[in-house]
Amino acid sequence: MSDRVLMKGNEALAEAAVQAGCRHFFGYPITPQNELPEYMSRRLPEVGGVYLQAESEVAAINMLMGAGATGERIMTSSSSPGISLMSEGISYIAGAEVPCVLINMVRGGPGLGGILPGQADYLQATKGGGHGDYHLLVLAPSTLQEGLDLTMLAFDLAEKYRNPVMVLADGFMGQMMEAVEFRKPEPMDLPDKREWAIGYMKERGGRSLVESVHLDPDELDEHNEKLQAKYRRMRDEEIRVETYRLDDAELVVAAFGTTARIARSSVDTLREQGVKVGLVRPITVYPFPYETFETLPESVKAILTVEMNCGQMIEDVKLGVGHDIPVSFFGHSGGHPPQVEEITEKLTELARERGCA
Amino acid sequence: MAETRIFERPRALYDVATHYCPGCMHGTVHRIIAEVIDELGIQERTFGVAPVGCSVFVYNYIDTDMCEAAHGRAPAVATGIKRVRPDMIGFTYQGDGDLASIGTAEIIHAANRGERISVIFINNAIYGMTGGQMAPTTLLDQKTTTSPRGRDPKAHGYPMRMCEMLATLAAPGYIARVTVAEPKYITKAKQAIKKAFQVQIDDRGFSMVEVLSTCPTNWGMRPVDAKKWLIENMIPYYPLGEFKQPEE
Repeated sequence: MSDRVLMKGNEALAEAAVQAGCRHFFGYPITPQNELPEYMSRRLPEVGGVYLQAESEVAAINMLMGAGATGERIMTSSSSPGISLMSEGISYIAGAEVPCVLINMVRGGPGLGGILPGQADYLQATKGGGHGDYHLLVLAPSTLQEGLDLTMLAFDLAEKYRNPVMVLADGFMGQMMEAVEFRKPEPMDLPDKREWAIGYMKERGGRSLVESVHLDPDELDEHNEKLQAKYRRMRDEEIRVETYRLDDAELVVAAFGTTARIARSSVDTLREQGVKVGLVRPITVYPFPYETFETLPESVKAILTVEMNCGQMIEDVKLGVGHDIPVSFFGHSGGHPPQVEEITEKLTELARERGCA
Repeated sequence: MAETRIFERPRALYDVATHYCPGCMHGTVHRIIAEVIDELGIQERTFGVAPVGCSVFVYNYIDTDMCEAAHGRAPAVATGIKRVRPDMIGFTYQGDGDLASIGTAEIIHAANRGERISVIFINNAIYGMTGGQMAPTTLLDQKTTTSPRGRDPKAHGYPMRMCEMLATLAAPGYIARVTVAEPKYITKAKQAIKKAFQVQIDDRGFSMVEVLSTCPTNWGMRPVDAKKWLIENMIPYYPLGEFKQPEE
């Protein structure tokens, strides 16, 4: 018997969090992710948990900081402008090494922008967003099933690294319905929260201090180096990337999330016409799979980055390939996704320009 | 003959010198909190939320679990901890810039939800750590580095009375204003702070104690003059007393 169920994205990700052990949710409504907190407000009390609607995103992320400081599994979800408001708290959480999971159902920006799907928060998610030298671990699912799997994984990774983990999805993933199956990730060796978290003074025989202030310059240096060492460890252990029909490719499409799913159809269309196209899809956008781009097959003559923004991941792709292969960009930023035909046409042009077979 | 000890350092207070300026009242308030924690026997299940400002290092003095918060966000951080660990007793320690300016939304909504936390609110009518700028609690005509000609209500509005504002809400259990300017006030301050913790222990809602305090350095006064200024100027505008009691 199949355990597959048909669910709406926002609700499916919420259920994935519950099944991963998340019992506390703090959030603030924003389109297009409202079904997620709504689901949590119904579901969490059933499992002895707490849903709390904060007075703002600023309060929500700071509630998350406190709740996360207890070492329990906790989460918030929001969408672009809401994540901007949370950036202050995210920086403090990263600085204090508090584990938590954030789901960002990205919409178009800047400013109020629109409420349709977008990928314009790529740079904000991967390069910081808030102040200071910190990184989130950022997972970018391409299908709803992967969104579920990565949401569950996010809780383990947050605990493993004592770091905020963001699931970088988009409005499509929040609003679409697909058949999904809830399956727990392989158990991971996780640090014991009682060693650092609030609430174990008696067992530990000493108090817990969760903070991010280091006025002594040597101490701050040391703290930042410790964080950087953690990010290096993420680069060694957590990079996830999907490559598709890459072996003999002359052209490569680089895309993440929903856009990659669309681009994949263009790859198939062109392959049927005999054009050798492949796909690279970063699943972790931080840490970024630079190595995949550094070691592309010799046959690759050009790369097209496709995104629902004005060209943000293109910078990382260029860093990866250096000056060896030309990289161009195609995308929309208004909320309508790049169409299969549009991507196919861009790739056909590129194939002609580069003299591909 | 066996020695009977009648006075000693509270167990919940670290045996260290504080970093505060001469005449500052943070040290007195820290001691009161530590005494109350000892007397209630709650040290091992208490958490504090440290603020931004001069008292950012309150955790160097009070020995309980502690979590730091961004400027103004202590009530939200405390909410998060308390909602996950309702068995714990939580307090925030906040200055007037923290609580009455950047954190106004957080304090009002935590109070309005009746969060089971105790807020210790130090009101010295000025920004201390950043060097004496105007606070929402700065008195009319009071000179600060950003109100050099004195606070003008037309330009800056009036000093905010937080106790009176929060006392209009239904959910708070206990709201009081005290000072620690002289020994006779200190006794009352301790009673209020103990009551605030007790209201939380008894699960009777949000509690806040505002403590009128001095900042001799940024007021540009000797400690003794600062104390006098507090009594003569702050108490008339910020009356001491209990503004909200838990319902019987």
